[in-house]
Amino acid sequence: MQPGLYHILFISAALFFIGVYGFFTRRNLITLLMSIELILNSVNLNFIAFNKYLWPGRMDGLFFTLFIIAIAAAEAAVAIAIIINLYRSHQSIDVNDAEELKY
Amino acid sequence: MNDLFILMKAEMAVTAIIFLLLFIKVGKGMKNEALLPLIQTLLLVNFIAGFFFNKPGHLFGDMYHTEQGTVLLKNILSLAVYLISLVCAGWLKRTPHLAEFFLLMLSALLGMFLMISSGNLLIFYLALELSSIPVAAMANFDLDKKRSSEGAMKMILSSAFSSGILLFGISLIYGTTGTINFASLPAQLDGSALQVLAFIFLFAAFAFKLSVVPFHLWTADVYEGSPIATTSFLSVVSKGAIAFVLLIVLYHVFRPMYETWIILLMGLSIITMVVGNLFAMRQQNIKRFLAYSSIAQVGFILAAMINGGPAGFAAVAYFILVYTFSNLAAFGVAAVIASQTGKENVDDYKGLYQTNPFLTWIMALALFSLAGIPPTAGFFGKLFLLTAAGEEAAYWFITIAALNMIISLYYYLRVVRAMFIDKNENPLPPVKTGPAEKLGLIICGAGIVLAGMLSWVYDYIYQMIK
Repeated sequence: MQPGLYHILFISAALFFIGVYGFFTRRNLITLLMSIELILNSVNLNFIAFNKYLWPGRMDGLFFTLFIIAIAAAEAAVAIAIIINLYRSHQSIDVNDAEELKY
Repeated sequence: MNDLFILMKAEMAVTAIIFLLLFIKVGKGMKNEALLPLIQTLLLVNFIAGFFFNKPGHLFGDMYHTEQGTVLLKNILSLAVYLISLVCAGWLKRTPHLAEFFLLMLSALLGMFLMISSGNLLIFYLALELSSIPVAAMANFDLDKKRSSEGAMKMILSSAFSSGILLFGISLIYGTTGTINFASLPAQLDGSALQVLAFIFLFAAFAFKLSVVPFHLWTADVYEGSPIATTSFLSVVSKGAIAFVLLIVLYHVFRPMYETWIILLMGLSIITMVVGNLFAMRQQNIKRFLAYSSIAQVGFILAAMINGGPAGFAAVAYFILVYTFSNLAAFGVAAVIASQTGKENVDDYKGLYQTNPFLTWIMALALFSLAGIPPTAGFFGKLFLLTAAGEEAAYWFITIAALNMIISLYYYLRVVRAMFIDKNENPLPPVKTGPAEKLGLIICGAGIVLAGMLSWVYDYIYQMIK
C-alpha cells in the first residue's frame, strides 16, 4: 500500500505531541532540547507532506523546511552555550537544581 | 535598486551600526568610556533619521512592505532602544563586553523591524527568531551570576518551545490554504475546524512572547535574573514589537476569523489583568514587581485589540509609546540604584525621598503613569485603550478592566508610600546619577507629562496609522 497524506500527518502529529510531552515531563536540559527538535521535525514533515500531496506546484513548504532546519541549528547553538554556562555555575544540568528564582 | 535602499532604510541603518560595532570589536577595540557615548550618538541619529525620506512600497515579491504606519512603529522602537542606552548607562559602562551587548541588542531590533514589515509567514518566522534568540544571549550577560544563567535558560527554552508551536500552526495554515502570503491568505481562510486549530496554535505562540497569562510563567524569572538593561529591553521593546505584529496579523491576515479571535482576546485579557495584578501585590523585588505589572498592562493592550479598526491600532501604538517612557523611567531609577548600591527590594526604597529627591520624583511619576492617574500620559493611554475596546465589547467587560485599574493602584502606590512616607532610620545613601542617566530620566519624565498634555501626539499617531 502506498502511504498517503493521512499516514504522514498521523506520524507528524504523534511526533509533535511526543515532543510536547517530553518537554513537560523531562528534567534534563539536553533532553528538553531534544524534545524541541522533535517538535520542529514534526513541523518539517507536515510541510513536506502538504507540499507533496496537496500543493505540488507551490514550493513554499519545501523552502520553509530548509529555513527551519537552519534556524533550529542556530537555536540549539545558543541554547547549548547557555546550558554550558549553567553547568559551570550550578554543576548540574538538571532543571530542578536551577531554583534560585521562585515566585 | 534605489528603491531597495530607500524602502529598507530603517533596516539598513541598524545593519550599518551593527557592522560598525563589529569592526570596532575585531579591530583595535575601544574603552567603554569612549564607546558608550559613540553608540548613544549613533542610536540618536538612527532615531531622528527615521522620520525622513520615508516612502511606502513593496519589495521582493510582497515579502517586505513598508508604509507610514510601520515607519511610525519602527520609530517608537528606535526611541526605546536609544532611551535604554541612556538610562542603563551605569550597568553598561561596567560590563566588559559592551560592543557585543549592543551587537545582540541591535540584531534583535533588526529582527523586530523586519517582523513589523514582513508580508509573508516565512519572513515573519525568520524575523521572529532573529528578534528572540539574541535576547536569550543578552539575558545571560552577567556570566558569573547563577540567577542570570538560570533566567537565560528559561528564556531560551520557552522561546524555542513557543516557536515550535508557532511553526505547527503555520504548517497547518499552509496545508489548508496553500499559501503563506499575508496578502492572499485572508481570501483563503474559511473558518474550518483545522484553521481554527491552526489559529489557536499561532495565537498561543504570540501569547508566550507577550506573556499573556496562561503562558506567563517564564516572565518574572527571566526579568529578575537578567541584567537590568536586558530586562528593560525585554519589557519595553520586545513586548512592543510583538504587540504591533500581533495587531498586524490579527487585523490584516486573520480578519475573516474576527468572531473567533474576539472571544479569545476577551477571555485572555480578563485573566491576564486579574492574575498580573494579584501577583504584583506580593512582590518584594522591584524587577519582579515591574514584571508582573507589565503582565497586567498587556491585559489592557489585548482589550484594545478587540476594536478591529484604526482606533484600536492607534490606541495600542500610543499606549506603547507612553508605556516606553514610564517603564523605562521606572527601570532607569531601579538601574541607577542597583548599579551603585546593589539594592533591588521595595523595602530598601523606604525613605528614599530624604536622600535622593530627584530619583524619587521620577520613580513616582513613572508609577503614577503606569497606574493611570490623570495628569500623566498613562491615564490617556488607558483611556484610549478602554474607549477603543468599548466600541466593540460589552460594558461588563470595560467595567472589569476599570476595576482592575483600581486594584493596580494599591501596589503602585505601595512603592510610592515606601519612598515618600515610610520612616527609615538609615535610608540608602545619596546615589550619584551620571549625565547620560540624568538625560535619559529627564526625557522619560518629560515624555510622561507631555505625551498626555499635547493632544497632537495622539492625533499624529492616528493620522499615520489611518
